[in-house]
Amino acid sequence: MATAVWVLGLLGVALGALLGWVAVRFRRAGAPLADAIDKVLPQTQCGQCGFPGCRPYAEAIARGDADINQCPPGGEAGIRALAELLGREPKPLSADHGVEKPKVLAVIDEAECIGCTKCIQACPVDAIVGAPKRMHTVLDAECTGCELCIAPCPVDCITMVPARAGLAGWRPSRPLPRLTALVDAARLP
Amino acid sequence: MIDLLAILLAAVFINNFVLVKFLGLCPVMGVSKQIEPAIGLALATAFVLTLAAGLSHLVWTWLLLPLGLEWLRTLAFILVIAALVQVVEAVMRQRFPVLYQVLGIYLPLITTNCAVLGVALLNTQEDHDLAGALVFGFGAAVGFGLVLVLFAGLRERLEAGDVPGPFRGAPIGLITAGLMALAFMGFTGMGAR
Repeated sequence: MATAVWVLGLLGVALGALLGWVAVRFRRAGAPLADAIDKVLPQTQCGQCGFPGCRPYAEAIARGDADINQCPPGGEAGIRALAELLGREPKPLSADHGVEKPKVLAVIDEAECIGCTKCIQACPVDAIVGAPKRMHTVLDAECTGCELCIAPCPVDCITMVPARAGLAGWRPSRPLPRLTALVDAARLP
Repeated sequence: MIDLLAILLAAVFINNFVLVKFLGLCPVMGVSKQIEPAIGLALATAFVLTLAAGLSHLVWTWLLLPLGLEWLRTLAFILVIAALVQVVEAVMRQRFPVLYQVLGIYLPLITTNCAVLGVALLNTQEDHDLAGALVFGFGAAVGFGLVLVLFAGLRERLEAGDVPGPFRGAPIGLITAGLMALAFMGFTGMGAR
């Protein structure tokens, strides 16, 4: 029994060390520009830009396949941050992709909800909890207000309400997203 | 040499992993909607299966057998295979970016493929030597890839067919797989003279 523990333990340690070494030795170059752009985007994963999420949009911008004015949730401020990061001129939000709206949150009318789980599957950030035939609800802190859950709901029990202003609606922002993005950009080769 | 050929042919046709042993069914159902990803997965599987068969054979002969730890093989093989796939992925990503583009997303998927563990365990059961283990792993992967690509071709055609509502998707896929398994049973006679 003790041999078995030793063998598996040592095997695990050896393989772990090997993996660690490989991770350092064969570190991937990755796409630092796309990473920097992704940090500026609002991470609503709403798909209004025409890409499946914020990360694919960031990659498209980095490749030069997409313009910087396709993100309505980011709005003017987001476009300005992107323009600054990429050293381009800011431009107005493209009307094809939507209009800038105040931040909203999805709210499920729990008395109406039939527990069909369709909104759960639609939510790109897993902000809706619930189980089949049980009431669902939205986690305020996770909801990005992307409105993707409204269309699938068969009983139309989801409404968008303005995100609460003031102390009750305050969430710690990600630390200085613009600054970290700039620092990352400065590190580009 | 003849032995190795026999092991190879047996693994590809007579004891086909998917249709006779029913191992690795999940990727066959999951990735067989189009031919192109099916080919990618088949290639990646061939790569990983051969390597995993060789490596687990080494662990078996040099570590588990001498220490009398035969009962530990399932656990040890899973550990080794999981680490192997991670290493292969990391190395490939840096050294062979083109190959990584083709196989990349399928490599981690294969770790959870029961066919990989199946190859390692069957190797110990049938007492293959190292060459036999490698050939058996490769043959299993060729059989797996063959079925996967054939099956993807069939399913591409089924998409256009007028399948009754309740049978669309996975059910008709399983029925097709069953018919293919029947066809592959014809190879069973090849072993007997």
